Amino acid sequence: MDLSALNSALRRIPTWALWLIGLAPAVWLFWQGLTGGLGAEPIKALEHRYGELALQFFIATLAVTPLRRHLGVNLLKHRQALGLLCFTYVTCHLLVWLLLDVQDPAQILADIAKRPYITIGMAAFLLLVPLAVTSNRRSIRHLGPRWRLLHQLSYPAAVLAALHFVLLAKGFQIEPLIYLGLVLVLLALRLRLPHLRRA
Amino acid sequence: MAHRWQNDLTHRDVTPEALFWNRRRLLAGLGGLGLGAIGAGMAGAQEGELEVNSFEDVTSYCNFYEFGTGKTDPATYAGQMRTSPWEVEITGLVDRPGTYGFDQILSEMTLEERIYRFRCVEAWSMVVPWQGFELADLLALAGVQEGATYVAFETLLRPDEMPGTRYPVLDWPYREGLRLDEAMHPLTLMATGIFGKPLPNQNGAPLRLVVPWKYGFKSIKSIVRITLTDQEPPTSWNMANGREYGFYSNVNPNVDHPRWSQATERRIGGGLFARRQPTLMFNGYEEEVAALYTGMDLAKFY
Repeated sequence: MDLSALNSALRRIPTWALWLIGLAPAVWLFWQGLTGGLGAEPIKALEHRYGELALQFFIATLAVTPLRRHLGVNLLKHRQALGLLCFTYVTCHLLVWLLLDVQDPAQILADIAKRPYITIGMAAFLLLVPLAVTSNRRSIRHLGPRWRLLHQLSYPAAVLAALHFVLLAKGFQIEPLIYLGLVLVLLALRLRLPHLRRA
Repeated sequence: MAHRWQNDLTHRDVTPEALFWNRRRLLAGLGGLGLGAIGAGMAGAQEGELEVNSFEDVTSYCNFYEFGTGKTDPATYAGQMRTSPWEVEITGLVDRPGTYGFDQILSEMTLEERIYRFRCVEAWSMVVPWQGFELADLLALAGVQEGATYVAFETLLRPDEMPGTRYPVLDWPYREGLRLDEAMHPLTLMATGIFGKPLPNQNGAPLRLVVPWKYGFKSIKSIVRITLTDQEPPTSWNMANGREYGFYSNVNPNVDHPRWSQATERRIGGGLFARRQPTLMFNGYEEEVAALYTGMDLAKFY
């Protein structure tokens, strides 16, 4: 199948447009929260929606390589923006939790230390910080082959982020497991097992 | 025997009906209103002011997993549940076991109003004006036998009308239980209405339990079976995760849920910048109910 037309169309999407579309829900949701559109308890709703969007952008970022390798669809140009949008939503999610949800600094520290799902979420965030900082061209040039190695931290970060969602569910819930499943599939597609390698 | 517990406030005492429906913020617990008949023991529960939540808050933000795990799922889907005719089977260690029709029960009971704090295990809270009757009166109707020590409750299970029950979120039907002395306590209510209206489906129509000093999930909704027994009955959340949800589940700011602190709560309806407020021991009903647990280690029997 000739994907060159699709790939050149994808390449022509300007990065600023992706940012505009990607950030729109952040602003929209905050506005909805302020004006009653997120229901009777907007804090948890905003926190959860930002967290879900972070996971969705994470999955989109992780999908870039398998899409290219297995289907020939090239989104490489947009991977940086997708990754940074993920980080933006993780940061929004964290800020809502810190400033609007828990509020009390002592309680925040206690929660990070005592509650496994929060410890895990925080670990995922910390793993993403160096990736966000080195997501520019200059760092890629400067770090050389070490850049690839460093950015493989996204793999454990994605597993921890999905696990964070699974662990906070009450009862047996399917949605968090779907996210974890998607992350695991996208990571498994990266394994270069001998019998899977194409001739 | 109704009116065993005397509420020292009702919303009608405080504000005209029209204002009540239109005003979100409602003062409902001023001690100095001279409403009379305030039992000395009641003062603790009603100290300061209780602000009743709006009808919209109470009916739009619900946990009723039979209709989905989202907070608005019950309001969206519970309309499918048929609540008429409705029967409650009262069985086990009772003198008059059998099926009691909802209308038959209502004809025997005197409805009264109770404005209670409602504290969810998820660390949010509301204040709800309920109408109902004491569970003790319903149990008297069936005649509790000597030897009964616990009461078990079951929610309706009708998968065609309850889309959430098609997923194994919990081991359906939803089950709850109380020790008999908790069940007989005058604060323990069988609610049939809120805000002077019949219970909306998402709030547990037509008949639900309200145990104001326990986390909300103990207050089982849409009850179809009540069993008097001599053994601690299995309860849904305890079966799903015993480490997180004990049989007692009394509101206790000093005993954390393994995944979050129970020291504070957020009142629903405060918007995006709502502050947290301290959680009260037994949800503010300590003077009334602490004696039920004398000598018990509440960290062990959580």
